[in-house]
Amino acid sequence: MGKAFGAVLIIITVVSTAVFFFHDFGGMSLWLPVDASEHGHGVDHQLMETMYGSGFLFVLSQILLGLFVWQASDRPQGWKYRIFPGGAKPMVISAILLVGIEILTLSFVGSKVWAGIYFTSAKPGALPIDVQAGQFAFYFRYAGVDGKFGALHPDKIDEGSGNFFGLDPRNDEAARDDIVVATMVIPVNREILLTLHSKDVIHSFYVRELRLQQDIVPGLMIPLHFTATKTGRYEIVCTQLCGLGHYQMKAYLEVKTQEEFDKWLKDQEAAQ
Amino acid sequence: MSEAAHQHGEPTGFIRKYIFSVDHKVIGLQYIGLGIVAVVIGMILSWLMRLHLGWSTLAIPGLEKLSPTGAPANVMTPEYYLSLMTMHGTLMVFFVLTNVPFAGFGNYFLPIQVGAPDMAFPRMNMMSFWVTFTAFLVLIAAFFVPGGPPLSGWTAYAPLSAVGESSGPGEGLGQTLWGLSIAIFCVAQLLGALNFIATTLDLRTKGMSLARMPFSTWAWFITSVIGLLAFAVLLPACILLVLDRVAGTSFFVPGGLVINDRMQPHTGGSPLLWQHLFWFFGHPEVYIAILPAIGIVSHILPAFLRKPLLGPRVLIGCLAAIGFLSYMVWGHHMFVSGMNPFSAILFSVPTLVITIPATIATLLWIGSVYGARIRFSCASLFCLGFISVFISGGISGFFLAQPSIDTYLHATYFVVAHFHFVMGVAAIFAMFAGIYFWLPKMVGRMMNETLGKIHFWLTFVGVYCIFMPMHYLGLAGNVRRYAAFTDDFLAPLVPVHQFITIAALITGAAQFIFLYNLVWSRFRGPKATENPWQATSLEWSTTSPPPFDNFGGRQLVVHQEPYLYGVEGSAGDYVMQTSPETVEAH
Amino acid sequence: MSDVDITTGMGHAGFMEESPYGIPSGKLAMWCFVISDAVTFSAVLFVYGYLRIGSPDWSTPFKFSPTILNGIVMTFILLTSSLTMLAAVEAAKAGRKSAGFGWLCATALLGALFATLHLFEWGRMIDDGWRLFQNPLGGSVHFGAAFFSITGLHLLHVVGGVCALAVIALGYRRGGYNSIDVEVTGIYWHFVDLVWMFVFPLVYLMNAQ
Repeated sequence: MGKAFGAVLIIITVVSTAVFFFHDFGGMSLWLPVDASEHGHGVDHQLMETMYGSGFLFVLSQILLGLFVWQASDRPQGWKYRIFPGGAKPMVISAILLVGIEILTLSFVGSKVWAGIYFTSAKPGALPIDVQAGQFAFYFRYAGVDGKFGALHPDKIDEGSGNFFGLDPRNDEAARDDIVVATMVIPVNREILLTLHSKDVIHSFYVRELRLQQDIVPGLMIPLHFTATKTGRYEIVCTQLCGLGHYQMKAYLEVKTQEEFDKWLKDQEAAQ
Repeated sequence: MSEAAHQHGEPTGFIRKYIFSVDHKVIGLQYIGLGIVAVVIGMILSWLMRLHLGWSTLAIPGLEKLSPTGAPANVMTPEYYLSLMTMHGTLMVFFVLTNVPFAGFGNYFLPIQVGAPDMAFPRMNMMSFWVTFTAFLVLIAAFFVPGGPPLSGWTAYAPLSAVGESSGPGEGLGQTLWGLSIAIFCVAQLLGALNFIATTLDLRTKGMSLARMPFSTWAWFITSVIGLLAFAVLLPACILLVLDRVAGTSFFVPGGLVINDRMQPHTGGSPLLWQHLFWFFGHPEVYIAILPAIGIVSHILPAFLRKPLLGPRVLIGCLAAIGFLSYMVWGHHMFVSGMNPFSAILFSVPTLVITIPATIATLLWIGSVYGARIRFSCASLFCLGFISVFISGGISGFFLAQPSIDTYLHATYFVVAHFHFVMGVAAIFAMFAGIYFWLPKMVGRMMNETLGKIHFWLTFVGVYCIFMPMHYLGLAGNVRRYAAFTDDFLAPLVPVHQFITIAALITGAAQFIFLYNLVWSRFRGPKATENPWQATSLEWSTTSPPPFDNFGGRQLVVHQEPYLYGVEGSAGDYVMQTSPETVEAH
Repeated sequence: MSDVDITTGMGHAGFMEESPYGIPSGKLAMWCFVISDAVTFSAVLFVYGYLRIGSPDWSTPFKFSPTILNGIVMTFILLTSSLTMLAAVEAAKAGRKSAGFGWLCATALLGALFATLHLFEWGRMIDDGWRLFQNPLGGSVHFGAAFFSITGLHLLHVVGGVCALAVIALGYRRGGYNSIDVEVTGIYWHFVDLVWMFVFPLVYLMNAQ
C-alpha cells in the first residue's frame, strides 16, 4: 500500500509539474497571455520567481513524502523506528531559512513591483478616461475637445436614453462634448489614467494582458494608470460578483497606434 | 467528582437521550450528523454547478422541480447558478468545515481526551447545537422563499447583499435569511468556544498537565480562542447587514446608487467597511477550519507510524503562532478592493510569515514519516493524503500573499483551487481520517477497510484531478463565479472545465461508497475492542462506545506523554497515557 | 448555571489537575464571554468611527440639558450600581445572605432605573425625528444608525443583566445559587458598566453641541 501511495503521489507531482512546462495544448493555452503593459513585465517576473521558488518546495516536499512512505512500506515485523537525523531541529531551521529567505526576497522585490503600479501617480499628460461600471456593462468617457469632464449626477442616469453617466449637457457646458463609448480605445505607449466608479454594486476592472485588476467600488473614485505597449484587441471583464449577469459583463479594449487613435477620436468628436 | 459532574444523571427517555441530550458524545454525533447532511447537500450543489460549467445548456432532469424559476425546462439560469454557489460556500464553510472537525469531533473527544466526564457546561453545550441547527434551518429555508437563495456569494459583499431585491433575484428574503442564519450561527459558536475553553482548562483529570494534552485537544483549544474573537465580529457585522436590508440604515451602502434606473434611498455608507469586518472574521475562519484538522491528523498519525511525531512542542507552538497571526492578515483578501495600496504591503508581510509555522508543521510530519514502519489503514492513508493536499494548497498561498501577483490572480480559479485544497479538501481528509479512526470508538464497530481504501484512492486521485487543473485555469486568467464561459478567451478553456466536471462527478460518487460504508459498519461492522489501533490517549482507555460518564465512574490518572509509541521494553510497544510504568526516552 | 458548581475548580483538588488560573469554570467562562463581548462592542464602535470619519456632515446635536445632563445622571446611576454589586459580592462571600440579597436587588433596581432613563432619552430623540435611517438636522444619517445600534446593544446588555440579577437574587435567597454565581454575575455587571464608560464619551460627549 505504501508503494502504491508513493508511486501515485510521485505521478501526481510529475503530471502537475509537467503542465507547467508544456502549457500549450493545441490552441488552448494554460498559461498567462501575452503581456501588453509596461508594468506587466515586473508582475510576470515576480510570478515566475515565485513559481520556481515555491515549485521547488512543492516538488521537493511531495517527493520526499512519497519516498518516505514508499520506504516505510516493506519493513519487517518488529522494526525499530528511526528518528530523522537531528530530530526536529533541521526541520525548523530549514523551514525558517528556506521559506524565510524566499519570503524576504519575494516581499522586497514584490513590494517594488506593487509600488511601481500603485504608489506612483500618473504623469502629467496622461490620457484621462472615465470608467462607469453598472449591472452589467462598462462605459468609457473621454473629455472631448474642451479637455474637461462634465459633472456626474446619479439622479440623471437613464439607460433608456443612453445617459449612462448621468450627465447634464443642458446646464453643464463641460458635459456637452464628452464622448461616451462602450469600447475603450487607447493609443499605444501612452500613459492612460482611468478613474473608476460604479453606479450600483461593486464591479471589477480586469484585463489579463495588462496584468491589471481593480475593484470598482460605488461611492469611491478609484484612479488607475497604465501604459499599453502592444496594439491589439483585449477583453475587459468584471471579476467581482455583481449579480445575475456577472458572467456576461465585459467590454473590449482596443489599443491602436497614435495615428489610428487620433483618427478615431476625431470621428467620435465629429459624431457628438 | 464524576458523580458530581453527572449529577444530572443518565437520562432514560428517547428525547432526553438522543434529541435534547446534554451528553457531549451525543451532541458531538449530532454535530457530525448535521455536518454530513450539509456536506451531502453542498456536494450535490457542486455537482449541479460543475455540470452547468461544463455544459451550460444541459438539461438536468428534475431540476425544474427544485426551482421552477431557477431552472425553467430543467436548464439552470445564470442567477440560479450563483444562488447554488452561494449556498454551497455557506453550507461548506460554516456547517461542514466549522461544524465537523471543530464542534463535532471536539465535542465528542475533547472531554474524553482530558479525562473529564462531560463538558464544563453540558446544558449550554446542548443549546449551542440546537442554535446551530436553527441557523441551518433558517439557511435552508432560503431555498424555498420567493426569489430563491441569495446570489451574492458566501462573502456577501455589500452593496449587492445590502440593497434588497432590486439588485437581483434571491437578494430579497433569501439574503435576509442568510444574514440571520449566520448571526445565529455566530451565537452558537461563541457558546461552544466558551465551553471548550473552560473544559480544557478546568476539567483535566489528575496528571493531565497542559503539556500532556494530545495535539487534537490543543488544536480545539486554540481554535476556540480564535473562534471566540472572530465570531464576535461577524455577529454584529451580520446584524448591521440585516439592518441595512430591513431597517433602512446605510452602514454598507453609499449614496447615489442607481439600480434598474432607480435611485436607492441609502446615503453615506461604505462597502469596504463590510469587507473589513467580514474578513477580520473570514481569515481566522480559515484557521478555525484547518487547525482542528491539523490537530486531528497529528493525533492519528503517530498511532500508525508507531512512533511519536518530531518536535511535539514545536508543532503546538506552530498552531498557536498560526492562530495569533491569523488576526493580522485579513487585508490580503482585499488587495484589489480599493483600500489604501500602502496597507497591502502591511498585510502581505504577515501573510507570508504565516507560511513559516505552516512549513515547519509540514516538515515535522514528513520528517516523522521517515524511518517508520507504517500500518496502512484508511485512517493513516487519509492522514498521509492530508499532508499531500495541505502542501499543494499551501504552496499556492505564496502567490496570493503577494499583492503584485494577486493583482493578476485575484478572483480567478487559482484562488478557487487554493482555498479548496488548503481548507476544503485538507479539512475533509482530516474528517475522513477522524471518522475511520474514531468510528470504532463512537459506535463500537469497525469500518470496512476494503471499501475505505477504494474510497481513499478514488478521492485522493479525484481531488487532484479536480483542483490541480484549476491552478492552470487561474493562471490563464479564468475568472471565478461565472455561470458560463462566453468570453473569447474563456471559451477555449471549457474542455478543461468539462474534464474537471467529470472528475468531480466520479469523486463525488465515491463519497457514496463512504456513506454506505458508514451505515453498513454502524449496524454490521465487526465489534470494536476497547483499543483497536493500539493507541495511547485517554479515549482508548474506556469502552467502545464509552459509557454515559465516559469512564464508568473511574477517575483516570495520567502518567505519560500522549504519544509513546515504539517504546522498547514495553509489552505492547506502546504505553498508554494512563499506564503508571516508567518509560525511558527513546 | 447550576452546572457551575460541579466544576468549580475547588474542592476536587485531589482528583483533578489544577486550573492554570485557579478560578471556577463559571468565572472563567464569564471572563471569556467578557473578552468576546468586548470584541463585539469594539467592532460596533469601529463601525461608528469609520463612518464618522467618512462623513463630513456629521451632526453633533446633544445639548447639555437635557441630553448630556441625563447622561451624567445615568452614568452616576450605573456607577452606583457597580458599587452595590460589589457590596453584594462581598456580602455573599461573607455568607451574609439577606444583605447579599438586598444589595443584588438594589443593583437590579438601579439597572432598571438606568434603562428607564435611557428609554425616555430614546423616546425624546424619536419625538425629535431621529430614526435609524433619518437625521432631522439634515446631516449624516449614520448618526441615528450608530446612536441607536450602539446604545441599543448596550441597553440590551443592561436589560439582560437586570433579568439575570433578578433571577440570581431570588435563587440566591432560596439557596439555588451560591456566592460564586453572585460573583460571576458581578463580573458581567461591571463589564456592562465599563462599556458604558466608553459609550458615554464616544457617543454622547463627542456629539455634544
